[in-house]
Amino acid sequence: MWRFIGFRVLQSIPVILVVITVTFFLVRLAPGGPFSAEKAVIPEVKAALEAQYGLNLPMFQQYLAYLGDLAHGDLGPSFKYPGRSVNELIAAGFPVTAELGLYALLVAIGIGGIAGVVASLRPNTAQDYIPMSVAMIGICVPSLLMGPILILVFGIYLEWLPVSGWGDIPGDKILPAITLGSTYAAYIARLSRAGMLEVMSQDYIRTARAKGLPEWQVVVRHALRGGMIPVVAFLGPAFAGLLSGSFVVETIFQIPGLGRFYVQAAFNRDYTMILGATVFLAVLIVVFNLLSDILAAWMNPRLRSQYGGGA
Amino acid sequence: MLSVENLSVSFVTRMGTNQAVDDISFTVQSGKITAIIGESGSGKSVACYSLLGLIPQPPGRIDGGRALFNGQDLLQLDTDELRKIRGRDIAMVFQDPMTCLNPYMTIGDQLMEPLRYHKKVSRAEARARALELLDEVGIRDPASTIDNYPHQFSGGMRQRVMIAMALINEPQLLIADEPTTALDVTIQAQILALLAALQKKRDIGVLLISHDLAVVADIADQIVVMQQGRIVETGDRDAIFRNAQHPYTQKLLQAIPRGGKPVALPVSEPLVTVRNLCTWFQSDKAPVKAVDDVSFDILRGEVLGLVGESGSGKSTIGRSLLRLVPVTSGTVHFDGIDVTALQARELKRLRRRMQFIFQDPFASLNPRMTVYDTLAEPLLLHDIETRSTVGAHVLRLMDDVGLARAAVRKYPHEFSGGQRQRIAIGRALATRPDFVVADEPVSALDVTIQAQILELMRELGREYGLTMLFISHDLAVVRQLADRIVVLHRGKVVEQANTEDLFARPQQAYTQQLLQSIPGRAVRTL
Amino acid sequence: MSAPLITDIAQAEQGTSLWRDAWLRLRRNRLAVLGLAVLCFFVLVALLTPWIAPYGYAQQNLELGATPPSAAHWLGTDIFGRDLLTQIMYGGRVSLAVGFIATAVALVIGVTWGAIAGYAGGKLDAAMMRLVDILYALPFMIFIVLLMVVFGRNMLLLFLAIGAVEWLTMARIMRSQVQSLRQQEFVEAAISLGLSPATIIRRHLVPNALGPIIVYTTLTIPSVMLLEAFLSFLGLGVQPPQTSWGLLISYGAESLEEYPWLLLYPGLALTLTLFSLNFLGDGLRDALDVRGAKD
Repeated sequence: MWRFIGFRVLQSIPVILVVITVTFFLVRLAPGGPFSAEKAVIPEVKAALEAQYGLNLPMFQQYLAYLGDLAHGDLGPSFKYPGRSVNELIAAGFPVTAELGLYALLVAIGIGGIAGVVASLRPNTAQDYIPMSVAMIGICVPSLLMGPILILVFGIYLEWLPVSGWGDIPGDKILPAITLGSTYAAYIARLSRAGMLEVMSQDYIRTARAKGLPEWQVVVRHALRGGMIPVVAFLGPAFAGLLSGSFVVETIFQIPGLGRFYVQAAFNRDYTMILGATVFLAVLIVVFNLLSDILAAWMNPRLRSQYGGGA
Repeated sequence: MLSVENLSVSFVTRMGTNQAVDDISFTVQSGKITAIIGESGSGKSVACYSLLGLIPQPPGRIDGGRALFNGQDLLQLDTDELRKIRGRDIAMVFQDPMTCLNPYMTIGDQLMEPLRYHKKVSRAEARARALELLDEVGIRDPASTIDNYPHQFSGGMRQRVMIAMALINEPQLLIADEPTTALDVTIQAQILALLAALQKKRDIGVLLISHDLAVVADIADQIVVMQQGRIVETGDRDAIFRNAQHPYTQKLLQAIPRGGKPVALPVSEPLVTVRNLCTWFQSDKAPVKAVDDVSFDILRGEVLGLVGESGSGKSTIGRSLLRLVPVTSGTVHFDGIDVTALQARELKRLRRRMQFIFQDPFASLNPRMTVYDTLAEPLLLHDIETRSTVGAHVLRLMDDVGLARAAVRKYPHEFSGGQRQRIAIGRALATRPDFVVADEPVSALDVTIQAQILELMRELGREYGLTMLFISHDLAVVRQLADRIVVLHRGKVVEQANTEDLFARPQQAYTQQLLQSIPGRAVRTL
Repeated sequence: MSAPLITDIAQAEQGTSLWRDAWLRLRRNRLAVLGLAVLCFFVLVALLTPWIAPYGYAQQNLELGATPPSAAHWLGTDIFGRDLLTQIMYGGRVSLAVGFIATAVALVIGVTWGAIAGYAGGKLDAAMMRLVDILYALPFMIFIVLLMVVFGRNMLLLFLAIGAVEWLTMARIMRSQVQSLRQQEFVEAAISLGLSPATIIRRHLVPNALGPIIVYTTLTIPSVMLLEAFLSFLGLGVQPPQTSWGLLISYGAESLEEYPWLLLYPGLALTLTLFSLNFLGDGLRDALDVRGAKD
């Protein structure tokens, strides 16, 4: 198992390097530098500004300098908000996004997992069709539509829940979490149903029944673990999806999270902010992919022992 | 102890109702082994599973009958009552030990489960009992292996674990569904012996389900023969073997391979010469030596049997001869030509003369091509026929392998296993090859079908003047067809001899062990 | 001699191919058939939009402003007095085009890549799939946003960027198909008959790998369309004067309190299309008996 983890960690390092490199050069290759766009700046001022941010150095040297800063965890200053560093902006926005993502993940796993398992127990009956139809709606109504509709119904017509902000009024976290989580709840419901159906048709489930175990024990003790492996393996990609989904949800509900900063930075052409946030999010996603892979592998005893150590 | 009366089970699907078990009655006595024999689809498993409520309902439906177990009608019990009997009074062992154990739980946990659930004993007590039983079924060093996962055991060991698990509550009746079908012959013999010994010691009833009359012949007391959902004959073993009444039973008995090929050896020069053949496969660590320094000859016109258990390298040798896998070293000469040194173009020309018949008739035919396309392909490829003349040739091939001409436009999934194997044989013989490698051509088929296909191969072999390498794990089958036999073990040749000599005077310990493992000795001595 | 034999073949019972079987199974699945019908309708409307749209695409009526659905404007108008139905029809052209073209890009790259890797095996396969693995681990959503920011919102780039994300899964599916088919005995049989690799790929591999590819293609289109809607919603995708469903939804969301129809109808169009494609994809998966494709 340790060898497997070590192998996967090593594999992630080039990925992270590629992310940093590609992002850096993409941003630098962008037509029009940060100070050439909107306002006409006097050449001397521009040169002074560029010198201050190190933009007058050769590209490769800038890249090395950036890597050096990254190694210290320094993502550089913001071009648009003088005096504030990218680190500060991320530190301000990320906790909000992380909280939103966590709630959405809980919604997704809780509702999706239960719905999928329940549906799988009686395939092709109402107990299967109803949750799976709801899941289909969750997949086909994207968050950019789900959010406004929820606002319209629960915020405007019924006036049950607040429709914007984060942590200002009680209950204002409910709609964003549901909006962001609904698509993934739907995917998890489908995945866990498929996983459970696959496992429930295995011979060892028949063995468990032949032992005389009651059905709930057959499901919980024998089927759940194997059936949930695909769901666990999906958590990595789901996490990446939640992060990018938060761009939309934070925009809809006006939540001061990292996603909204990111989109604003994109419009403002705040290059260091985009660069820093991309690197930050990308590393986070790579790490989560790694964790979900390791967890899924650990749940499978054959993989666990195949790579030595562990079991 | 168990008395089944007029049991009927059917499956209701959209396509209609299928009567899987039709009004059958039989009894299982305490202290006796009762075997139910039947081919796939005969309803033998359905009958036994329905006793314990283990068939899914729907689509399954029990139409009527009684199953008295200790005076209680199992078919009338509700799920909870039935559950108390399952795993406590009646336990089961299934066919494939590779898939019947939960891969996510240690064998210890799985072993203790029925005991803990039914008898509510403490964990420590259950563990002690599990260790005792593992020892009894022949697992070495149970104390250190009890916490291992199933994938760490071999197939035979897993089946021992399954048996231990079934016996842990000391049931009165053990139902064993094809318990040895997925295992190698030598392992099969060990597991059967173990089952018989455990049954004697405990004096319990065993209901043994099998497709293979020879397998049950050695240990069964009573035999029930099923065909298409009905019981056609019941009786004690000796009576059935000596004096079978029903034609179907007689047919099954005839299908048990007995005796060898009567024809005398043709003495001729070798057609295929294999020298120091090595076929290794790359893996992470050391290369896997699937075939390791093997030499033998195949004489013109003979059938050479190649026998070994799984992992012996027998299939790899067959594939190496035809260059279907890359050869590591050594030479294979076919009619004086070194096959291992041929370029692609020369190889293609040679392929017309050497063909392959595969094991699995379900996988060896392209599911998207009709029989016509499948049989025409080699004829067109090697310019034996043109597009306008190939039809007649295809139909002649259909006749040769015993398939109806009207079926020529059908797809593989519309045929049975035996018919598919006939198509595959037709494809192999289309180019009128000199040499054919047949890799376990009958082991995926029902016994009566096996006999038919073997007969077909014998006939066609004579008609087409074939030289054949016949690969099989089953010595009894090989004996029917082969003039000479090569015995393999772990990639090396153990022994080669004329068929009759090998059976009469095996020289090597491994060959002797293989011969003793052939099931159905009891039948042959009758 | 040969004449009667030829008539034998002509008279032989026609077998049912797996494709025919699959089609019969698909026809029995009402949701899938409905999905196919709705999809065909939408595609037809998109193709004919310039001729059948009730109003001109750029036609404004500032005095009219936003009105709810009426006889003159079936789905109402936006604040510039533009006919919503016309907007949705033109937006559908863009959204569907992105869906189909980007999927086609992914299909071509992915299938070729996967087939080569799967058939070649060995070191080439390992190298090709390692590249896919690395690309897979990249957070592409974020990269697409970045691309759109850096290079401006260019439709061609959008197709390429989305296609570049989706081909990875296609390549993996194709490779695993080819790999498992290669080990099938009927392919070995073809080799032992002496068929050339090209013939084996054409006659034996491709027809058998087609099922999963068709299913996955059907399921890729909706996820591509979602991606387009996502980018357009953020203002990073399709730009005015062009429009797409995602863009219309984002306008609608801004004024949902006053003019909810501006959100609901474009949303309905997108959702209906996604439903159709997903039902069709699920139906095809069941009909072609493809296991484990995106589920």
